[in-house]
Formats: sequence, structure tokens, C-alpha cells
Amino acid sequence: MAFEDQRTTVYKVDPEHPESESLPTLRTEELLLNMGPQHPSTHGVLKVILELEGERLVKSTPVLGFLHRGVEKLAEDGTYHQFIPHTDRLDYVCAMYNNFAYCRAVEKLMNLQVPDRAEYLRTIVAEVQRIIGHQFWLGTQALDIGAMTVFFYCFRDREILLDWFDELCGARLTTSWYRIGGVERDFTPSLLDKLKKFLDYFPPKIDEYIVFLETNRIWVARTKGVAVVSAEDAVSFGLSGPTLRGSGVDYDLRKYEPYSAYPKCEFSVPVGKNGDTYDRYWIRVMELYESVKIIRQCLEQMQDGPIMADVPSVTLPPKERVFTNLESMIQQFKLFSQGFNAPPGEIYCGTEAHKGELGFHIVSTGGGKPYRLKIRSPSFIHMGAFDYMSRGYMIADAITLFGTYDIVMGECDR
Amino acid sequence: MHQLAQRVQDTFPAGFVSSTEWRGDVSVTVTRETLHEVAQFLHDDPGMDFDYIVHVSSVDWPDDEERFEVVWEFYAIRKRQRIRLKTRAPESDCIVDSLTDIWKGADFMEREVYDMMGIRFRNHPDLRRILMPDDYTEGYPLRKDFPLRGKGWRDTFDFLDEVPR
Repeated sequence: MAFEDQRTTVYKVDPEHPESESLPTLRTEELLLNMGPQHPSTHGVLKVILELEGERLVKSTPVLGFLHRGVEKLAEDGTYHQFIPHTDRLDYVCAMYNNFAYCRAVEKLMNLQVPDRAEYLRTIVAEVQRIIGHQFWLGTQALDIGAMTVFFYCFRDREILLDWFDELCGARLTTSWYRIGGVERDFTPSLLDKLKKFLDYFPPKIDEYIVFLETNRIWVARTKGVAVVSAEDAVSFGLSGPTLRGSGVDYDLRKYEPYSAYPKCEFSVPVGKNGDTYDRYWIRVMELYESVKIIRQCLEQMQDGPIMADVPSVTLPPKERVFTNLESMIQQFKLFSQGFNAPPGEIYCGTEAHKGELGFHIVSTGGGKPYRLKIRSPSFIHMGAFDYMSRGYMIADAITLFGTYDIVMGECDR
Repeated sequence: MHQLAQRVQDTFPAGFVSSTEWRGDVSVTVTRETLHEVAQFLHDDPGMDFDYIVHVSSVDWPDDEERFEVVWEFYAIRKRQRIRLKTRAPESDCIVDSLTDIWKGADFMEREVYDMMGIRFRNHPDLRRILMPDDYTEGYPLRKDFPLRGKGWRDTFDFLDEVPR
């Protein structure tokens, strides 16, 4: 490796028992251990080859690609509208934010202006998705360490929101609710009621999660001071989202390059100090409170209006018109089968998903299909730092490392 | 021309090829030979300060003489600016300098480019396939001459005429 890490040598000799160094009869040997591809705490099919010295990790080599489906190649064969359902399957825990990131990228390519109400709807649903993502993360990460209770509490509350998604778009996980230029449908009064009820119900529950975890001495001992990464290294590795902010870098695209309705909302970006697993946990929990704040503000500010940009050559007609009006049906059919004519050019558009910066790099040569579409997925890039961050820690800490990145292999392998 | 591109051109007049600015994205193309120097300049120069690597991508242009294009995207967290750095490589000598010694994160990203497009990186510490299996010999899937539905080897499988009972 080009960058040598000295931490591995620190643990070779126990400083309190230096005589252990001079035990001549002990034969030492590095042990290779395959972890995965089927392992309950790798959150998917991920294999890591661990080189062990006793119980210390000397080197770990992630072996990726078990879930590789060639999404980038598939994108080159379909129109821009057709790719939206594929983005659901990237990070299948948080489909909404993937839709959002992709639609934003295509809107940047087409230079589309999204109507105000649609921007608010998008922001609300994106933040609901962030809550779901963080709840999922909190539950599974604690479960990996052995804290069972908080998992049930998180999933109980996550279920409310998944049912809410079900009512919104008919699917709990693979949602495909965002459209290029707007959203698929508006909130119904019942959805608004349920969301408002949830906003009152939820903040006390976050306090509950915190109590469950932070009074658990085992959990705290296994997260504090584990997987420390300095701000400089985190930036150099390209980490993003809570994983980067845990190291004290306040890089958040919602603030740095404001988009959608975020500039109209007041919220803060929690930033950690120590760069360990605990700080990253703390940031995610604080983001739950911030998400609630953002949703409340959006609900207050939202005005009536159109939910789809009115650019018939690019955006889809309203669904009720498709079923009653021949021209609209032809428009919908042509947009999905042939696509719209994108201008030749190249864009990159990054969006702050709950895992980190989810970006789409689209190269267009004109016509209805992207010439090249590259997905910058935070999980993949976080795995690049796995070896560096795991060195010198115990084998059991490898498990907490998967948790601390919040990896989902569908997004990592694409 | 955008001032960032202008500075690159002033500092590296020989290596600078072209620059574009479209939809607010600044993109600079340099020659393969000066790529590493330009990247080092982007990282170290206080006016540039691109400390964050966003992603590495690649584009295949089969009709061009220099067929492959490698694209790096950088962000400057303190200065809040973005730049896209591009370079071209011909198919016969498909190798460009690795930037892993400047940005550590380039390691996995460049491995992915190698895996998907077959572009090699000079001085990369561990250039192996990453998403495809290590023993995959059918080529590089994101090249334009790689058929979308695979290379047809699945059609050579033996099929049973009847379901045996």
C-alpha cells in the first residue's frame, strides 16, 4: 500500500508485559479468515478476507461484487424515465433518496425547473426516507453488537413510515415516486394527518433509543474510540455523509450546494469531534431530530400548486389525463419508449443521501438514452477505507465497522 | 473560460488540451503525460485546494483515435468549488497515471474503472478486478463493444428436451 499505517505495530508487544516479546517457544503465524459472503452482519453479500495476528486485524481485503447487476450498463439501454425503477434497487433500504438523486441529475442535464410545491413534497419525503434509513441503521447496528431491544423499537416506528409510503405510492421499499420534473402524486389529506401525527409521536421515541443505547455499557465500550479516522484521512478517502461528519468536517451538500426546499428551511448539521463509531452514531441520531424539524417547516411553508414541471417534451402528463385523453396517452407512451431528446453534454450532480453523497455522472450525446451513466455510491467508496480503518482493531470490531458505514451491498456493487 | 480552467492552462500550457463549462460544471482536459502533475497542482495549490475526491469515471468513445476517457471529479471543501479533470488514452496503450498517492480514495475507484473499462493505472498499488470475479475473462463490461446481453456463452448451454420424470 502507498500509505503505511503504523497502528498495527502498536499492539504487537503488550507494553505492560514486555517479557512476552522474548518467549521463544511460541510460534506465531498470521491467520487468514474468510468472513462472508453469507454473514448476518455484513448486511448483504460481502466477503472480507481478514489477516489476523491473534485477534488483531493486520489487514482486511474486502471482496465486492456479489450483488453486481450491471446497473450502469442497463442504464445505457433504457430511456431516462425507464431508469428510475432501477435506482430503487441501488440502496434498497432507502429507495426514495435514490430516485431523488437521479431525478435531480437528469433535471440538471435538461435544465428543468421543478415547481415549488413539488420541491417541498420532495424534501418532505426525502427527509422521511432519511428517518427510515437512520432507524434501520440504528437498529441493525445495535443488533450487530448484541443490543437487541433497540432494534425492535426502531423497526416498530419504521413500520409506521413504511405504511405511510405504501399509502403514498403503493410500495413500501421500491417506491419510484419521484419523476423527472416533479413527483408522481400529491399528498392526500389522510397522508398529511398521519405525517403530522407521526411528527408529534416520534421525537420522544428518539429519546428512548438514546436511553437504550447510551445506558448500555457494552454498546458504549464497543463504539467509543473504535474505528477512528482523522478528518484529513476521511476527506482524502472521499468519505461522505455522517461517516465524514463524524470526523469533524461539516461537509453536507444540503448546506454546501443547497437544493430543493432545503435553503428555505432552518436546520443544523451535527458534526462530531473524535471520528469514532460513537460520534457517527450521535450524528445520525441528531439528524433524526433535524429531519423532524425540516419536515415541520416544509409542511408549514408548503403552498398549493402544480407538482410537475410543465415541459411536455420532457415531463410526464398527469395520470388522470393519460386515462382520459388520447394525446396525453401518446405523450406518456412516447416519453417512456423513446425518451426525450437530451442535449449533448456532461454533468455531475451529487445529493446528500442519508449514507453520504450519492451522485450521478451522466454523459449524453443527444437522444433519449444516456451514453454513459456512472453512479457515485457512498457505500462503495466507504468500503475503500475499510482496510485502513480496521487495522489494529479486534476481529469483533470488524462487525461494528460495517455498521458504522451503514453499507448496503445493492448500492455498493450496483 | 472559467478562472479555474484558466489557471490550469496558465500553469500547464503544454499539457492543457481543452476546457468546457456547461450547466455550471467546469471540466478540464489535459494530456496523459501531465495528468499527475496537474492533479498534484489541484491538490496542493492554495488557490485550488481540491482535497476531496468525488469519483472516478470512464467513458468509451469507440470511434475516436484516443478511445478511452478517464474522468476524475474533485471538490474543495474549504473553497466550495468543483472541477472535473479528464484525460484520454488510446486503446493500444491503455494506461494512465494513478492518483492514489494524492487521494487515498482513488484506490477503489480506479480499480472499478479498470474492472469495468479495462483502463490500466500506472503505480496503482493493487490493480485487480473489484466487482467482476477475479477469473473473469470475457472482457470489460462497460466498453461499448461488449454486448448488453452478454457474449452469448449462455446460449451454448445444453438444454434438456424434456423434463425428466
